[in-house]
Amino acid sequence: MLPKAIKEKYELVVGLEVHAQLLTNSKMYTSDSTEYGNLPNTNISVITLGHPGTMPKVNKRAVEFAMRMGLACHSEITRRNIFARKNYFYPDLPKGYQITQDKGPICVGGQVPITLASGEEKSIALTRIHMEEDAGKSMHLAGEVDTLVDFNRAGVPLIEIVSEPDIRTSEEAYAYLVEIKKLVRYLDICDGNMEEGSLRCDANISVRLFGDPELGKKVEVKNMNSFRNVARAIEHEFERQIELIESGTEIISETRTFDATTGTTASMRTKEDLNDYRYFPEPDLSPVVISEEWLSGIKAAMPALPRELHHKFVHTYGLPEYDASVLTDSKEIALFFEKLCTETENYKAASNWMMGPVKSYLNELTLHISDFPVTPEKLAALIHLIDDGKVSFTVASQKLYPEMLKNGQKQPLEIAQDLNLIQESDENSIKPIIEQILSENSKKVEEYKSGKKGLMGMFMGQVMKKSQGKADPKVASRILTELLEND
Amino acid sequence: MKIDVNTLKKIAHLARLEFDEQGAEKMTQDMTQILDWVEKLNEVDTTDVAPITTMSSEENVLREDVVGSHLSHERGLKNAPQRDSDYFRVPKVLE
Repeated sequence: MLPKAIKEKYELVVGLEVHAQLLTNSKMYTSDSTEYGNLPNTNISVITLGHPGTMPKVNKRAVEFAMRMGLACHSEITRRNIFARKNYFYPDLPKGYQITQDKGPICVGGQVPITLASGEEKSIALTRIHMEEDAGKSMHLAGEVDTLVDFNRAGVPLIEIVSEPDIRTSEEAYAYLVEIKKLVRYLDICDGNMEEGSLRCDANISVRLFGDPELGKKVEVKNMNSFRNVARAIEHEFERQIELIESGTEIISETRTFDATTGTTASMRTKEDLNDYRYFPEPDLSPVVISEEWLSGIKAAMPALPRELHHKFVHTYGLPEYDASVLTDSKEIALFFEKLCTETENYKAASNWMMGPVKSYLNELTLHISDFPVTPEKLAALIHLIDDGKVSFTVASQKLYPEMLKNGQKQPLEIAQDLNLIQESDENSIKPIIEQILSENSKKVEEYKSGKKGLMGMFMGQVMKKSQGKADPKVASRILTELLEND
Repeated sequence: MKIDVNTLKKIAHLARLEFDEQGAEKMTQDMTQILDWVEKLNEVDTTDVAPITTMSSEENVLREDVVGSHLSHERGLKNAPQRDSDYFRVPKVLE
């Protein structure tokens, strides 16, 4: 471990490159399916396999997905897009080049705001977002003499989101990735699953003495398959690079791979040591020109973004920050809650129901909100029943709600009536019950009157018992007090 | 522009081509000549000419996001130098 005093002299500088697989049906430049999990080498075509004489054609929806991400990050959208060939030889790339964008990426600049645990807000600037295609999958199996290649993934549309070197801590990197994942999921352009590889992240990491205007030599780290591992790799590199500098060893600009079991990075000595991609404009694709009309159509169809909803939940619905964060954590929960809030104005109650009973039901059965048996309308109706004093919260959460989960079709009021759960708030029907209890317990009434106020709970318990839990506690307690005090 | 042997070696490596060392001198000369010939283009004044990236004047030749026909698995693998029933096989890249 590095002494703290030494570590504190150095500043960490990180930029992240995130590849997001787009949720299109077909590939970036061909009509092969992008479906995941098919038998190897079945989502293929002559274009995917790079046969001579084949011509690529751009997937319109992939362009639109890239535009959506750019708009969400406030990037400038490039109106005239050309593609470029990035040349290198690797068996998972049959053409010998990747069709990507080099000069003039579809999105230029922009930023991603993040919130840290301390509540501090920071904005991470983006350099660019560009469109490209994924490579095939190579498998280097132990005991196999060959590498096995599956081209199902080759040509699947990607966007690469490149940040400026604005990140200063591993926590910021983590928060940035969480935000990117939320964004792509809210935008419905990528499923954001890092473990399955639909979101991938490479980190460019360097260190420098605080106050040094020059950036240090950067090291690129790959092969981190979770947000947590990106943070671990950054921590490790930070210390490793400081140690090198402190011992007077020069840092080499290189690509390193992260090993999740040891939490360390190791140099990737591949044969492609000298990376010279010889980019040049892709002559097989005509330019994609984004008109004002096309762009405004995409703008108009933009869904609500997590930060916008968070802001709305706090400022319009008056919810605590914590509630807003939990509710906007997933798009589906947030939209369910939004729907709920069009049916009830008791936003805090709605939030409590979502964060409590709804979430615990989903967690317990590991269900997705789309499988939740109760509609927002019916949940709102349940909240109304409580607000109107028709059922107590206890009865609602312990008796009515479990029934609704079993029978999503029925209205809560109907269930409450069927199960005889409607709370009695009519004074005329509660009063006789209370009078009866008081006359049956005259001794206790005397004790109460001589100062044993704690007996109130016992009386209330009796009322609930006699009314089978249906007496409105507020009304019952008022009548009880009246009768006991004024007698 | 003069191509030296090192550049020649680098280009050969990038293109994954092998060449006979004895012919290296001749090849650098040939390549230098080719580049010199292409460099003639530099004599043209292109100050206000936008670069073209494709020979076609078309724009927005786009495809709707619809899955089309695939190459059958068997036909796809047919010309592979090495294969098995599922995969293309290539010499091991990583240990």
